[in-house]
Amino acid sequence: MAKLKYALYTGCTARESTPELLMSTMAVAKKLGIELVLLDEASCCGASHLQDFDDFLSLVLNARNICYAEKQELDMVTICNTCQLNTVMTKERLDSDEDLKSQVNEKLAEVGLEYKGTSSVRHFLYAIIDDYGLDKLAEQVVKPLDDFNIAAFYGCHNIRPSHLHKKHNTVSADVGEGGGEEAFGDAPLMSKYNGGENPYNPTSLDRLIEALKGKSVDYESKNKCCGFHADLQAPHTAHRLTGTALLDAIDNDADMMVTPCPLCHLNMDVKQESVAKEMGRDIKLPVLHLPQLIGLALGIDPKELGLQHNVTEPTFV
Amino acid sequence: MSSERITKKLTFKTFRFNAETDFLPYFKTYEMEVGKDELVLDILNRIKWEFDGSFSYRRSCRHGICGSCSIKVNGKPVLSCKQNVWELVEIFETDTLLLEPQSKKRVVKDMIIDKKDFWQKHAKLKPYLEAEIDEHPEEEIRVSPHEAEQLLEADYCIQCGNCYYACPVVEVNEEYFGPAQFAKAYRFNADVRDNAKVERLEKVREMGPGVWDCVKCFECAEACPKDVDPIGKITKLHNQIFEEGLAQDNVATRHAVGFKHSIVKHGLLDEGELVRYSEGTLGVMKHLPEAIAMFKKGKIVMPWNMPKSEKLDEIKTLVKSSSKVKF
Repeated sequence: MAKLKYALYTGCTARESTPELLMSTMAVAKKLGIELVLLDEASCCGASHLQDFDDFLSLVLNARNICYAEKQELDMVTICNTCQLNTVMTKERLDSDEDLKSQVNEKLAEVGLEYKGTSSVRHFLYAIIDDYGLDKLAEQVVKPLDDFNIAAFYGCHNIRPSHLHKKHNTVSADVGEGGGEEAFGDAPLMSKYNGGENPYNPTSLDRLIEALKGKSVDYESKNKCCGFHADLQAPHTAHRLTGTALLDAIDNDADMMVTPCPLCHLNMDVKQESVAKEMGRDIKLPVLHLPQLIGLALGIDPKELGLQHNVTEPTFV
Repeated sequence: MSSERITKKLTFKTFRFNAETDFLPYFKTYEMEVGKDELVLDILNRIKWEFDGSFSYRRSCRHGICGSCSIKVNGKPVLSCKQNVWELVEIFETDTLLLEPQSKKRVVKDMIIDKKDFWQKHAKLKPYLEAEIDEHPEEEIRVSPHEAEQLLEADYCIQCGNCYYACPVVEVNEEYFGPAQFAKAYRFNADVRDNAKVERLEKVREMGPGVWDCVKCFECAEACPKDVDPIGKITKLHNQIFEEGLAQDNVATRHAVGFKHSIVKHGLLDEGELVRYSEGTLGVMKHLPEAIAMFKKGKIVMPWNMPKSEKLDEIKTLVKSSSKVKF
């Protein structure tokens, strides 16, 4: 197999409040022999909030981010569900609307860039499952996680809206010139392992946990929302949603939770104390980022995975 | 080729409850052979006709336009007359399907729920065209194709409630209008003949019931059998609030605008500054306990260490030339 190489769009959170996410991503990639080129030129994706204020500006900025992956002729991987969604939403709109694309390109031309649509954009989770392969990952496991019940928390923006993710997130084929609809035809290539993630019964993360020899927890809240995007303006709502999911995992005997999204992680890990107050029950559940979990199974030093940055201490390490 | 009908033996675990006579709800299980073309509505009919005549559910048109037969199957909101049963077997990888009403806490009988709050919230947002129209017009009111396109898919809503009862905010915040209601508000706000746009925006901009409480989970877009994309319309309402100069100065609007301030300065989002700007210098104090916990774990970047995007000048140029919205 040719060496896997991607342009990594880190998003802002991995550079600020979840440094452990970037550390563990790089450590796991290195261990698996996946080359990640950091897109240091990239800006914030707007996190769906800039879009509420200034939709066109967010399109231009996201298109610019993709340009830098295209310039290097690399596919882009993301490590944040919200970055993933905002980037593919931009891609989808530009690839399906020549008019809009030329409006955006007119702006990008001012800084000498052009959005072409030649790079695909996927979350790291799916790059590992589809391109690297779960069988191969399973062979690399040196510290099987078989003592643990692990609750997969998928995060909204990797699974909904499903029509977008089926087209972008789980596809590993080269999208070719122009990308978009015509490049995929009627039948997009689905993820080899889960046949495309169904938002009502997602399985990718559970299969990954099993590949690491852990036991995946069956619980209803795995595909639900943590409320992060209303944290500031509606803390009651956000706390209820985070709390419901955490307690559901705990009530189904989870020893820990894992999520591919740093925003879910911020709510699930950092806010456990205030969420517990809201819910009227004690909550203590270690929450790992996806690459932290993989890294532990691959025998990477917990320090290198940034576990010291997790607020709810992963006491089992 | 055999002419024998191919069927699957399926089990339907069905929610039963009569609010008038039952103390608690219960489940009844029905087994049947199901053909590949059968829809969930066929199953509801067969339960009533073949097993138990007292089983109750709403149905009318049978072809996806009246919006009355929606239920949830294994938690997935479905319009019964459009949803194929074998497809559900494939999605959930199971021969046992759970039939439940859209919202268990609103049940009147079995699959029938009380949609009172759904309709009341619709009514509050003027779900109709408000215009002064001459009683004896001499000519028609003209709407150009381009103007008509602005309604997007919002006009296709059949008010089945799939999005409303899938919305996690509706579950925890009783005053929240809800996705179907916002889509309807957008539908009339986008109509060039209408003149109640400002009035609707003044309602949907309110914190609590309004659009700012949306958690952006996309459950509504996923649940809609008509591809109305309610969250897309919620975004449009956010945009209209700013475009019409109706944005109030509050934590939600500052949160949206704060992204632009950060991006101009750093390219990236300055998380700490965003919280401070959104909450105000006093309001930010309530985040202190979490901030301390984060600081101890090395999760807070100090202002002097704030990372910046490379080629920040490009980002500044683009913000200057592309940003037209004012706050």
